Amino acid sequence: MLQFPLWKKILIAAVCALGLIYALPNFAPSAFKDLPSWAPSKTVNLGLDLQGGAHLLMQVETEAVIAERLQSTEEAVRGALREARVRARGLGVTNGAVTFTLADPDKVDEVRDIVRDLDDEITVDATETGSFRLGLPDSAREELISNAIDQSIEIVRRRVDEFGTTEPTIQRQGEDRILVQVPGIGDTARLKEVLNTTAKMTFHLVDRSESVQEARQGRVPPGLDLMPSRETGPDGEPVQYYLVERRVIVSGENLTNAQSTFQQGRAVVSFSFDSRGAQRFGEATTENTGEQLAIVLDNEVVSAPRINEPILGGNGIITGDFSLQETEDLAILLRAGALPAPLTYIEERSVGPGLGQDSIEAGKLASIIGFVAVAAFMAASYGLFGLMTVLALVVNLALILALLSALQATLTLPGIAGIVLTVGMAVDANVLIFERIREEARNGRNPISSVDAGYRGALSTIIDANLTTLIAAVLLFAFGSGPIRGFAVTLSIGIVTSMFTAIMVTRFFVVSWLRAKRPQTLPI
Amino acid sequence: MLLKLIPAETTIGFMRWRKIGFAFSALLILGSIALVAGRGLNLGIDFLGGTLIEVQTDGPADLSGMRADLNGLGLGEVALQEFGAPDTVLIRIQRQPGEEEAQRAALEVAKAAIDERVVEYRRQEFVGPTIGSELQEAAIYAVLSALAAIMIYIWFRFEWQFGLGAIVALTHDVIATMGLFALLQLEFNLSTVAAVLTIAGYSINDTVVVFDRVRENIRKYKRMPLAELFDGALNQTLSRTVMTSLTTLIALFALVFFGGEVIRGFSIALIWGIVIGTYSSVLVAVPLLLYLRPRRGDEEIAPGEGSGSGPQAAKG
Repeated sequence: MLQFPLWKKILIAAVCALGLIYALPNFAPSAFKDLPSWAPSKTVNLGLDLQGGAHLLMQVETEAVIAERLQSTEEAVRGALREARVRARGLGVTNGAVTFTLADPDKVDEVRDIVRDLDDEITVDATETGSFRLGLPDSAREELISNAIDQSIEIVRRRVDEFGTTEPTIQRQGEDRILVQVPGIGDTARLKEVLNTTAKMTFHLVDRSESVQEARQGRVPPGLDLMPSRETGPDGEPVQYYLVERRVIVSGENLTNAQSTFQQGRAVVSFSFDSRGAQRFGEATTENTGEQLAIVLDNEVVSAPRINEPILGGNGIITGDFSLQETEDLAILLRAGALPAPLTYIEERSVGPGLGQDSIEAGKLASIIGFVAVAAFMAASYGLFGLMTVLALVVNLALILALLSALQATLTLPGIAGIVLTVGMAVDANVLIFERIREEARNGRNPISSVDAGYRGALSTIIDANLTTLIAAVLLFAFGSGPIRGFAVTLSIGIVTSMFTAIMVTRFFVVSWLRAKRPQTLPI
Repeated sequence: MLLKLIPAETTIGFMRWRKIGFAFSALLILGSIALVAGRGLNLGIDFLGGTLIEVQTDGPADLSGMRADLNGLGLGEVALQEFGAPDTVLIRIQRQPGEEEAQRAALEVAKAAIDERVVEYRRQEFVGPTIGSELQEAAIYAVLSALAAIMIYIWFRFEWQFGLGAIVALTHDVIATMGLFALLQLEFNLSTVAAVLTIAGYSINDTVVVFDRVRENIRKYKRMPLAELFDGALNQTLSRTVMTSLTTLIALFALVFFGGEVIRGFSIALIWGIVIGTYSSVLVAVPLLLYLRPRRGDEEIAPGEGSGSGPQAAKG
């Protein structure tokens, strides 16, 4: 155990040097910014619990995508049947399929062809008695859902980007979840509001021939929808209800731009359509001059102005009961596009900047005090050898920092605890060795032979003991989440680096000292 | 002059204390199980779902005023506590009936109710019931698989008697830690699970060191009575056991006193784990071996075979 071939010396020196170099940027980040790109400039990635920020986990309500898909099929079927002058009863969505029954069972074959032409994705089951069941095959379902999730992520990303925050993380998690992490954001309420608003904007004609009163009692005429106004009265109830045609004239997909602006002292949103949207909007407003046009956002009527004249330029304005911030948010939402499915929050862990800073400071203080106390204790207990351990402990800490920086692992508050704990446990290997050396020396061996036997005897114990802790740490990483993972990472790295420093670095110090001094007795 | 907390050569008769150790451990385990079963663990929102808000107020917080504000909201049980400083309050709101959206709504309602008292929202968390049960499941898997993996490793490296002894000591420590959490009603959350796993790692580490020496001595001294041999191994490793526990405890106390309120519970759990882990290695794991009778190889070898360094065998 006392032989150090040259390559091993070089390896130890190289690892220590690399460790120090990669750890350095953490102490003066600005000094390393201007160095060429090959120079190490990465610093440790601080977790959200240290730098403050929002951690939001959202679930994509995929059921809604299917429901919407079936509803649009229902609308298409209704239109096609009307066109073909076929009468049907009970057209609606039940148990994940569009169902209806023909008044005249003889027309089954005719209707089957009509429906097939309408939508080639759908499966059609029809009975002799004229009842139809139009379902979605599993493959179509899966594709819909997977598209909806991809699209949701994209929309969420655009919305977060609109907030102008630095380095947000948006990633898919598991089957149908989206994790959003936005560092440094103080007020999460607005972010949350903006992220899970569906923001589906559509323009519909208002139907004034049917009675809103009756519709509110549950008798909504087919092809129409009953919608509340977005504006609410002092009692929290919508001030008005509208019956609007289910048919969409133009939707938010055709928007090219939306901006928050003012008109007559009120905050409004101005928007522009693309050419297709402008054309359709122009046609509809020409044909229906004098009618009311409902601007619907997520099934609420924002406003329902009268069409005084055809609007042909493709520009318009949404007025409503808005505050300035609401128009700004609405403009963001309209620009970024609508979510294909509603998102619900299932977890939030947000930390304010004050707590983050406090945690960093507390972590630093605890690390320094822990380190100094352990170092003093080691020096008092093992003298010169203890000091060598302290030196190795510094190398150990540098290596941990270097690895965290190089791997761009995230350092969390429990992660700092992991480092402090490592400081305490890292000396264990040295303690094992030194105690062994003491014992061998007491048994009458000479210094060189005691050191040799000490390292030899302690090695397998060190490996056994550390591997078991490493097993626990790795499993912690596999099953843990967020800050706990940070703990597992620093603990694992700490175990590996402390084995290296104890077995290689401290031994190198001890052996070098032995060779230089050739002592008669060990100062231990 | 070097600091020596443990004299160079101790001859403590640990094996003589084993009955007291066993009795104490049995009480500890039974008590812990009774506490966990009867009083239950104070599960945090990580596992149950619910809402947590940490706020900073302008000057010392008016806890009773805030409590009155929050209790009027019909959110069920709302717990307030000063958190580290007089102007910092931790608010826990129990899981709301309903789905995830209800938890988020509770968070917003509570914030609105206390908004004018608050200078800064230091932390806000809500965990939906689904995530809560998923985290619960993950935590159970983590602990069980860690125990299993450690067991397999020990089985592989030692004979089964040692493996069993180590696992008993390890389980002992894990149960006693849960017992402490049930007794003090400390919040049991994700970081507690991390602490429990770290304790498992430390406990087994400590046991392995002692077992390594026991095994070494078994090979060396084939004729020495087991009790005497175990006492020898424990005394030889005693200095190391104490030193490592102390350095780790020093680091942990630094965390408790200076590491901030957020990880204090975690650090306290670890301190308890280090103490109990050290105890169990010495007074549970090794004495158990006495009953499990590890194989000693060829029993016919003449005395004096184990030459070289002699053990500081127990005389008493």
